[in-house]
Amino acid sequence: MIGAFVIAFREVIEAGLIIGIVLAATRGIAGRGRWIALGVLGGLAGAGLVALFAERISDAFEGAGQEILNAGVLIVAVLMLIWHNTWMAKHGRELAGELRAAGEAVRTGQSTAAGLALVVGAAILREGAELVLFLYGLVASGTSGPDIQFGALAGVAVGAATSSVSYFGLAAIPTRYVFSVTSGLIVLLAAGLAAQAAQFLTNAGLITVLDRPLWNTSAVLREDSLVGRVLHALVGYTDRPSGMQVLVYLGTILVMVALMQVSSTGKRRQLRTA
Amino acid sequence: MAVLSRTLTAALAAGLLAAAGPARAEDLPVIKVEMKDGTITPDVIEVPANTRFKLEITNTGTSPVEFESVELKREKALAAGATSSIVFRTVDPGRYDVFDDFHPNSKATLVAK
Repeated sequence: MIGAFVIAFREVIEAGLIIGIVLAATRGIAGRGRWIALGVLGGLAGAGLVALFAERISDAFEGAGQEILNAGVLIVAVLMLIWHNTWMAKHGRELAGELRAAGEAVRTGQSTAAGLALVVGAAILREGAELVLFLYGLVASGTSGPDIQFGALAGVAVGAATSSVSYFGLAAIPTRYVFSVTSGLIVLLAAGLAAQAAQFLTNAGLITVLDRPLWNTSAVLREDSLVGRVLHALVGYTDRPSGMQVLVYLGTILVMVALMQVSSTGKRRQLRTA
Repeated sequence: MAVLSRTLTAALAAGLLAAAGPARAEDLPVIKVEMKDGTITPDVIEVPANTRFKLEITNTGTSPVEFESVELKREKALAAGATSSIVFRTVDPGRYDVFDDFHPNSKATLVAK
């Protein structure tokens, strides 16, 4: 029972932490609840489909189907996160201030909320397919005892509760600072996801350079420990990063920070001339 | 211009065919692994080093399994009764820990020679 609990718990928090950050980052955007809910439902449906067609997906592209699908899903999520942060650099202050009801933020806020819904969907699709397979296997096979089924379901519940702590923790930050914090978290999240995508493309044989590990910190923190997994989900921690992963990680951070700078300077110039 | 683009297209197609040629799944050495409710058979999985090969994993148990190696950065979840494979492009000679992520106490070693 403990085993089932732990497995379900950690699969849920991997996606749950991402949802918590996204919820905090979209604070003040009208209708974001609907978009995030749509992302969750879409992600669950997608995870079910991926679990259902797992074998066929694996066999696609000469055995690299799963890797290519994962990389694609991650790249979409990274692009949406980049877009969101660039947009936030321009409109974050409007959302944080009292002008919430007015201005461009309200009109274009819908599309960035939709973009982040896609991120939520992608996170659930990626992590959820395994969880669906695991839970469905337990419940449907009928061979596992009720204690194991209880353990798994309790793991889902406690995982969801733990993830919501990440949201409420972020929500407790004063409005003036919350978007600086979430923007920072999203930069690291996007960089981590981009590095994972690079690894999937390497595994698929589409990237063949810089594929050797640059260093090994598994003696300090194993990637498959609970802390390692949480850091993997949040900031892309990996104990043996390849050269390509490090390059993509740093490159993503650089691109995001540059775009945010450009976007917020453009905003300031607009205000001055107005 | 049209000739140039046609030549380029032909060259590209030839390149793709050449790239796809040796990558055909049937030509790959296949190494079979059986996973059953927390056991991995064989417990020492011997694979060829520095070449492409396919690990064909079958879950013969009644519970779902996930073949995983952190060192090799690969994972594959399988429902009860499912068979699926992981294609490895190249593995350096050495010993690598593998485990069933859904059965925390299971362990095996992948040896590349």
